[in-house]
Amino acid sequence: MGKTDKKDYSEYAVVMEKIVKRFPGVLANDHVDLFVKKGEIHAIVGENGAGKTTLMNQLYGLLNSDSGKIYINGEEVKIKNPNDAIKAKIGMVHQHFMLVDRLSVVENIVLGMEPVYGPFFARDKARKQISELSQKFGLFVEPDAIIEDLPVGIQQRVEIIKVLYRGAEILILDEPTAVLTPQETDELFKILGALKAQGKTIIFITHKLHEVMAITDSVTVMQLGKVTGVVKTSDTNPRALARMMVGREVLLRVEKGEAKIGKKILRVENLHVNENRGLEAVKGLDFSVNQGEIVGIAGVAGNGQTELIEAITGLRKVEEGQVIFKGIDATNFSPKRRRDMGMGHIPEDRLKHGLVAAFPLYYNFILGKHDDPRFCDGEFLKISDIKKFSNALVKRFDVRPPLINLLGANLSGGNQQKVIVAREFSFNPDFMAISQPTRGLDIGAIEFIHKSIISMRDQGVGVLLVSMELEEIFSLSDRILVMYEGQIMGEVTPQETTTEEVGLMMAGHKLEDLRAQEA
Amino acid sequence: MNAWIQAIINVFVNPIFYKSTLNQSTPLILAALGGVYSETTGVVNIALEGIMLIGAFGGVVGSYFTGNPWYGLALGVLLGVSMAALHAWASIRYAGDQIISGAALILLAQGITGFSLVELFGKPGSTDLVRSIPLVNLGSFGNVPFFGKIFNSLSPLVYIAFASVAFSWFLIYKTRLGLRMRSVGNNPEAADTLGVNVYNVRYFGVLMSGVFAALGGAFLSIGELGQFTENMSNGRGFIALAAMIIGNWSPTGAMWAAILFGAASAFNDQLQSQGILHLAINTQYLFGMIPYIITLIVVGGLVGKSRAPSADGIPYIKD
Repeated sequence: MGKTDKKDYSEYAVVMEKIVKRFPGVLANDHVDLFVKKGEIHAIVGENGAGKTTLMNQLYGLLNSDSGKIYINGEEVKIKNPNDAIKAKIGMVHQHFMLVDRLSVVENIVLGMEPVYGPFFARDKARKQISELSQKFGLFVEPDAIIEDLPVGIQQRVEIIKVLYRGAEILILDEPTAVLTPQETDELFKILGALKAQGKTIIFITHKLHEVMAITDSVTVMQLGKVTGVVKTSDTNPRALARMMVGREVLLRVEKGEAKIGKKILRVENLHVNENRGLEAVKGLDFSVNQGEIVGIAGVAGNGQTELIEAITGLRKVEEGQVIFKGIDATNFSPKRRRDMGMGHIPEDRLKHGLVAAFPLYYNFILGKHDDPRFCDGEFLKISDIKKFSNALVKRFDVRPPLINLLGANLSGGNQQKVIVAREFSFNPDFMAISQPTRGLDIGAIEFIHKSIISMRDQGVGVLLVSMELEEIFSLSDRILVMYEGQIMGEVTPQETTTEEVGLMMAGHKLEDLRAQEA
Repeated sequence: MNAWIQAIINVFVNPIFYKSTLNQSTPLILAALGGVYSETTGVVNIALEGIMLIGAFGGVVGSYFTGNPWYGLALGVLLGVSMAALHAWASIRYAGDQIISGAALILLAQGITGFSLVELFGKPGSTDLVRSIPLVNLGSFGNVPFFGKIFNSLSPLVYIAFASVAFSWFLIYKTRLGLRMRSVGNNPEAADTLGVNVYNVRYFGVLMSGVFAALGGAFLSIGELGQFTENMSNGRGFIALAAMIIGNWSPTGAMWAAILFGAASAFNDQLQSQGILHLAINTQYLFGMIPYIITLIVVGGLVGKSRAPSADGIPYIKD
């Protein structure tokens, strides 16, 4: 190409032009253009698999483009590996932190660019440089702490300092809030504000639209490897962004009818359960779930919700009290027996408890029902019947790609969750324990999962829903129980309460005290 | 019963027990250090056993043909590093299974040494006696009661082993290279994103394991006696791996564990030689178990306290 093609990109920190990246069978980036102005916070939004991370990995040199050009501050650059990116003053904070757990904060930050005295690592110099950076940007960390001992919010801070230590002027953050608590997210946003004030350019990948609205200046929307919209944040709204992301109208709030409440299906009486270290996690709970309703359990993670669900589904020993299922004392029944009685479970950790990542989908669809005469004839599995059954589920639940021979591990999080929902749904349960059903999913998948849960309810299934997302609890539940330190702070309905009131209960205030104060 | 107590006391008051402990520990310390280098960078190296064997053989061959045991030592190390390079090539370059590669190399070492033994020396079983590395004479210190008997006339390799522990500790914990080794062994992907060349660092670790395991092997053959016998490493490579694990993958920890095994073995030898016990021939097999029983007890007591590098044994594949 001649000089006549030269464009003036000097006002942009980053320009990516007609980027193409192909993976076997997938066009991950299809002529993607990205324009990021100097000193702005630019969001890249899109569903999982839209190609956001792939695009950024090319900017950071972890992947090489098949074609396309990259300009940094108006100059064309070739970025073949992370070293080139670091030279171009680009830094990336990955979704899964790239930290060496066993090393200290200092060691992690300087790794690859260590200050030295001759052959020796100059730990004191490194420590000094880091404390200067911490001061400048208000990012405080204990330099000699070992990474694995630190909470995720602090680990992320280490990642940011690591990038700044390399002199980055352009910071890429890949879904930085996915692992953070709301408080940690607020902290992060403050830090990003401070960085912007110092003139840094920030590229922020996310699929949470309220975050986009809260801190970004402009947005690039991607769908299926293509850019479907470029807008200024001030000129748009979450609804419009969602439409660009998914390619159709998305319901940000689920619609549901009146609950048709049936008879009592599950009762928990004076339930006491311990956590792994032997400390009491659930401290004498009493509640019940009826057929045809969704009972939501709100609370900050780690207040006994996990232990409660595990006790109900038979995965954890009950210390005291009873779990009464369909009028029968099932406290000591095995999980298998409970499932056979009609109890379904969508566990919080899909990969650990939800499916077998190394199994093809058609095995995953019959987990727990492998001995059902529909799928097994004496000792032998009826593979062709299992496959037929699986193909039907894949179609009905829109699992993508619809290939039942794929391994569980090959699916995106949203599709893995669909497989689990499909399986649990297909066994016609009367009661369903659901934990964190949409964690880490994009809005399209969330909408689908929410609709499925509502339709279970409408078919008369009693649902116990645990979620850390208050919005999810409010939009799905017919009744809300708030858990704090293993106890229930109060029971409310979404119509008669506010998020503030539930938030206070989540912080340990009892409902009757709150109402008494009001009166 | 009194005879037993007396016999045990006799062992501990005899300086020969301590000297024997040093000698028995030396090959284990060196080979365990080799393991530490390799596994710190994330490559499991069970081929230590084979590298020791080829190092021992190389030592004798070099000494036999040149008449200089130091050249023998150099040849042993060269062969050991070559063998480690094979392991590195298979497990780093081609991301092969490190256990399979290691096991194959042990068999390879046994085959090569067994075959060459007959080819070069004309008979199976053992080589001719060759010149061994001269022992260090401490002069008048040798007359100091008790300690003189322990430290006089030790192989220079004993000193080299302990010096190597100090050297390795500094290298791994105090230098830039050491920091990179630890990062690559725990999270190669993170190191890669920071521009650390994962493959080069791993090659370094594995080749160094070849150096140290071969030194340990050479000690067996030309450290004292000056002879190679078939399969003379005799499981020491595996004991060294155990020492490395018990020592929590640190050079000093591995050293202490190796000394423990060396002491157990020396204790066993010294106890058996006590006339007052009137031991039957077959009981020597029972005594031979002592080091391994100690291993079991120590490993049992340390379970959960010792942690391998997080990426140990997992090939790094750049996508």
